[in-house]
Amino acid sequence: MDFNDSPGEAAFRAEARDWLATHAPAHELAPGAKMPDTEEADRGRAWMRELYAGGWSGLTFPKALGGRGLSGIEAVIFAEEEGKYHLPKGPFTSIGTGMALPVIARHGNDEQRARFIEATLKGDITWCQLFSEPAAGSDLAGLRTKAVRADDGSGDWIVNGQKLWSSWAHLTDWGILVVRTDPTVPKHKGLTFFVVDMKTPGIETRPIRQISGASEFNETFLTDVRIPDANRLGAEGEGWACCMTVLMGERLGSGAHRGGIEPLLDYAAATPDGHGGNMLDDRAVRLQFAEALAEEQGERFFQARLRTMVSKGENPGALAGMVKLAYASRYQKTNGLALELRGLAGIAPEADDTATGDVQYDYIYSTVMRIAGGADEVLRNQIAERVLGMPGEMRMDKDVPFEKLKG
Amino acid sequence: MNFDLSDEQKMLGEQARGLLADMSPYDRLRSLIDSGAEWDEALWRALAGMGFLGAAVPEEHGGLGLGALDLGVIMEALGRANAAVPFMSSIVLGAEAIRLAGSEEQKAEWLPKLASGEAIATLAYAEGPGPVFARGVTIEGGKLTGRKSPVADAGVADIAIVLIAGGGFALVELDQPEVKRTRLESFDQLRPHYCLDFDGAAAEPMAGGGKLDRLIDQAAVQAAFEAVGAADACLHMARDYAMERQIFGRPLGGFQAIKHKLADVAVATELARSNAYYGGWAAESSPGDLPAAAAAARLSGIKCFELAARENLQVHGGIGYTFEANCHFYYRRERMLAVHLGNRGFWADRLLNALPGSQGKAA
Repeated sequence: MDFNDSPGEAAFRAEARDWLATHAPAHELAPGAKMPDTEEADRGRAWMRELYAGGWSGLTFPKALGGRGLSGIEAVIFAEEEGKYHLPKGPFTSIGTGMALPVIARHGNDEQRARFIEATLKGDITWCQLFSEPAAGSDLAGLRTKAVRADDGSGDWIVNGQKLWSSWAHLTDWGILVVRTDPTVPKHKGLTFFVVDMKTPGIETRPIRQISGASEFNETFLTDVRIPDANRLGAEGEGWACCMTVLMGERLGSGAHRGGIEPLLDYAAATPDGHGGNMLDDRAVRLQFAEALAEEQGERFFQARLRTMVSKGENPGALAGMVKLAYASRYQKTNGLALELRGLAGIAPEADDTATGDVQYDYIYSTVMRIAGGADEVLRNQIAERVLGMPGEMRMDKDVPFEKLKG
Repeated sequence: MNFDLSDEQKMLGEQARGLLADMSPYDRLRSLIDSGAEWDEALWRALAGMGFLGAAVPEEHGGLGLGALDLGVIMEALGRANAAVPFMSSIVLGAEAIRLAGSEEQKAEWLPKLASGEAIATLAYAEGPGPVFARGVTIEGGKLTGRKSPVADAGVADIAIVLIAGGGFALVELDQPEVKRTRLESFDQLRPHYCLDFDGAAAEPMAGGGKLDRLIDQAAVQAAFEAVGAADACLHMARDYAMERQIFGRPLGGFQAIKHKLADVAVATELARSNAYYGGWAAESSPGDLPAAAAAARLSGIKCFELAARENLQVHGGIGYTFEANCHFYYRRERMLAVHLGNRGFWADRLLNALPGSQGKAA
């Protein structure tokens, strides 16, 4: 066992560090900078182009497809070094590299690969994800957006429906889209996967007013949207397999999290306890934060174990879901605790108390983390079934044609 | 980075697990309780025969000179089996205290005997209710006076390393008229505890002072390995029972109420295991990181075993409340492990105080 870099890893880290020191500063965002979404997305593209030019795009992507074909450990090392700079990265870049590219590489044809892969790695094409719907979240395969063949003999598809929670759909170029093409078969079997140009007529994107006050998620309405058959990935009815490829990328990608414990310790230490000391002197507060910190450290070392598995060619499978399951609840609990120990000023801080604003935002945003990318309950099922070998859920809809299902 | 046990360590763990599965099945534990036994002596001799007792004792003193991770995989197997042996007392605490704080003569005299199992040591630190690292026992002119209680495994121990006034240690042989041993009713029926009264008992002060922190940091990592093994045993006992037990026309384990409970136990156990690995690595290779690593391992070890022991019994329902079922061994052991070496609040302070820039303040 060695927690430190091997000589090869250390050399890679040094190489990454040198390159970043030369190229990253020009792309950094000022701390706390607020800018229009369009500018942030443009700056994201510029950083993607820089990465591509320097050979740092698609690190784990196969060489034959334009990536560098490196191991997961090297991708982690690069991400650690890159993370030391405040760079314009977000869903507008990561959905393309983490979701669209794997599904195109695996399920696309040569023409589609040639058309999208390099352009995505370069930042010329950015992506959004059109999966969830108002009535299909954890049960994604219950989605209702439908596509039928145009009756003009063109082979084109006509899509109608509504998608939800599509981050940055208003500013991205293309979307990955899953729709129902056959309602006469059970739900998983009637899905087909497409890539869609977001400028196609009939696509309307509206921001969702979120409980945080922000609107980074959208709902996307598709009305008689015409998609050429050439933009279908995989065969008709293979949409679910494509979704699995995408969701696997989402699971393994959700490694970097905001909301560590240490800033909350500082926050507690900066809050008076009314007895001449501060709230971090309080035994109950210390105990709860220390337990959270122990869990946070355990999670970091658990991820190190997962990476070691990946580097040995083993697949962590549902074990990977443990990270987000532990993280999301801890994130909610510790920020809730921080607001509580602040007293009433945690609810209504004065203007110069920006720390409380951050804690409030994290407490609100933690609800997203418990739901998105595998809700707590879905992850617990997966761990019980795939790690512990317990029985699967009873499914009432398994062999029933979609059109015969209730609801 | 390679953050996994070596093949040799995995093999060592399998050997320990195999030996314990053969020699320490649950029926054996039941018969030890029924007979009021002090310990499982046959198992101790077998552990000695395999070289496990001396695994981390330096080679010059008759051990194998292996590291914290090697000791850890043995501790994990002992925790898994809920073994009735004084391994924590004699090896993890006793032998290590002598190695860290003893004179050359003390090491030469005692380490080979502890490594071979010929002698047994224990660490005497608590003095009644309250914080466990108490310093009321005094030594003057080689005579030890005061009371330590409870002291684990003191019925079979030949020597005790006693935490004394000023924070140092004294080494005392227990078989002398000035030491009175009174067996207490131990909540963990497989780990007897004693009250030790020293009435001017002959004792040797130990050379190195200030070693308590290092000793208990190392021991906290080993306790985390033990807790992880025990929690994993509880998790699998509960899983197996839930898969077999039919209820409302289907396996109990098919209900989300049970699946989700056990998923939470699995997560807590894997996070604690990860902290134990890091603690073992830090103890061997990065001592500056040990205090924080040990405290995190200790806290997450307590947490996973607590959850696992409780929910294992719960999943078993009424069966779990019978002596014939096996949940109670862990349910009792868990409380003992949660308080020995200092409780959660004690280790919470140590973790926060170990952070750089310290949010610290010892409560």
